Amino acid sequence: MAVPILKQGDVLIASIQLALTDVDLVMLRDALVEKVSNYRTRGVIVDVTALDVVDSFASRTLRDLAHMIRLRGAETVIVGIQPDVAFAMVQLGLTLEDIATALDLEEGLAFLARANRQR
Amino acid sequence: MTPGAANSDVRVPIASSDDVVIARQKGRALAAEIGFSASEATLIAAAISELARNIVKYAGSGEVRLRHDGDGMLLMVARDHGPGIPDVQAALRAGFSTSGGLGMGLPGVRRIADVFEIVSNTGGTTVTVGKYRR
Repeated sequence: MAVPILKQGDVLIASIQLALTDVDLVMLRDALVEKVSNYRTRGVIVDVTALDVVDSFASRTLRDLAHMIRLRGAETVIVGIQPDVAFAMVQLGLTLEDIATALDLEEGLAFLARANRQR
Repeated sequence: MTPGAANSDVRVPIASSDDVVIARQKGRALAAEIGFSASEATLIAAAISELARNIVKYAGSGEVRLRHDGDGMLLMVARDHGPGIPDVQAALRAGFSTSGGLGMGLPGVRRIADVFEIVSNTGGTTVTVGKYRR
């Protein structure tokens, strides 16, 4: 299942619509890293509201994605981690380490606007 | 059906990353059916995801069996006929991985399990995980 990636100004928004397989997650990571340069993006938002589970593979892939995008000169925010998903991640000892998170799309956009003003 | 009365026994053949998603979705549904909270059901889905992924990654194929023991425990049994885990103790240490992963899969599952057992030899691996409804 391909995740739609929308461009809004200098931000790319990947909105996950349903459960993703490991293969889908890796495809999303690669597509975003690629598109950051094509569109001269300053920020990336990954909306995981609809993601059913964030397990060790998903958390690692999200972290890798954000690190790769940072190396390309843009910032990533993960938005929409649901309460049950957050609960499970903490119980399993999974973290997103230094990756920015925000409550929802609106907060994510506000975070990127602030981050870009500071540059 | 009253919570806890379900005596379901679900078997999910695992051979691809699609099957991993199917297994965890069935696990979540079964957990909800036997009265686990939404948070616990998500935790169970994540655990099944780890177990099923290991089958695909290390053995290629196998099976996940999900069962309610009738006493508020959901049993998840992941079985494969792969090469086996050479060092089970190492596989259970956070940060240990032979596949380039972060080694957070199995240790995480063990952390949340009420019952946890691995039987592994050159004929395959069986991981049994049990979780009580709170």
